[in-house]
Amino acid sequence: MSAKRVLLFLPLLVAVGVGIVLSAGIGRDKETLESALIGKPVPAFQLASLQDPQTTYLPDVFKGQVTLLNVWATWCPSCRVEHPQLVKLAREDGVPIIGLNYKDNREEALKWLDKLGNPYSKVLFDPQGTLGFDLGVYGAPETYIIDAGGTVRYRHVGLVDEKVWKEELAPLVARYKREG
Amino acid sequence: MRTIGLVLLILLSSVAHAAGDTYPFDNDADRNRFETLTRELRCPKCQNQSIADSHAPIAADMRAEVHRLVQQGESNDAIMAAMTSRFGEFVRYRPELERRTLLLWFTPLVVVVVGIAAVVILVIRSRRSARIGEPVLSEADRARLDRLLDADESPRDTSSHHS
Repeated sequence: MSAKRVLLFLPLLVAVGVGIVLSAGIGRDKETLESALIGKPVPAFQLASLQDPQTTYLPDVFKGQVTLLNVWATWCPSCRVEHPQLVKLAREDGVPIIGLNYKDNREEALKWLDKLGNPYSKVLFDPQGTLGFDLGVYGAPETYIIDAGGTVRYRHVGLVDEKVWKEELAPLVARYKREG
Repeated sequence: MRTIGLVLLILLSSVAHAAGDTYPFDNDADRNRFETLTRELRCPKCQNQSIADSHAPIAADMRAEVHRLVQQGESNDAIMAAMTSRFGEFVRYRPELERRTLLLWFTPLVVVVVGIAAVVILVIRSRRSARIGEPVLSEADRARLDRLLDADESPRDTSSHHS
């Protein structure tokens, strides 16, 4: 085929190329942003325990084992939806989960845990949202995977259900357990 | 006298308004800096708005932090870095020019240049082929064309005779 003939097919090739690029974007959730903290240590913080205001937690609570960090609040409807799944993960699968009670009210948060069950090994009380801000939290619920060294490995924005856990989080948790 | 002083203070004080809240500033330069920065930063929650426009709680938190850092005398670059280190490069409406973003910045320019080049080449080519005074057919071609036209007519004549 002559060079000219090949050139005739150029528009077709361009159209197919553009089609492939655009179709790759279909169904992608543009609301979900990758955290800027992946691969970095959990930001410095000093927060009181939700249950006991006298107890102060520092980032070393994440040291020693792969942990989920779940950002939640009583004003957040999706948090209520995902709560039973977190309880199940903690009780049945023994997944260590640390809660970050984000911009919330202590009394209401405690009532919530009484009523719906407490899946958290520790709950950090962050009424001003300072740690939330440093983590780049832009909407609850968010769930982070923190490895045994206290490094942020993954962030999931939105609720954690059976599918998200099985397909997204569990394989990563297993991987960082092996590595850590 | 006290009232006049108060009125003057209100009139002369430098204040920035953004999406409903009010931020006091020591001087106009800082206030301008705040307004520029909050328009340059994109809200991670409502992604079509700058943090200056957005009413999302996270945008309010970001505005408060920008205000605090401006008041502290941090440079614009330092403030941008403080935001991108938390929320990612995404929050900048104008990403840094670096290797990773070269395509993003220069694709439009490349497309325009290629388009202009294509138009220029096409125009030059069509001009060249339509140049006046140049014979469209050579003598040999013309003779061949005549022969073909003759050959085309004769069979039709014979066929009409026979039918």
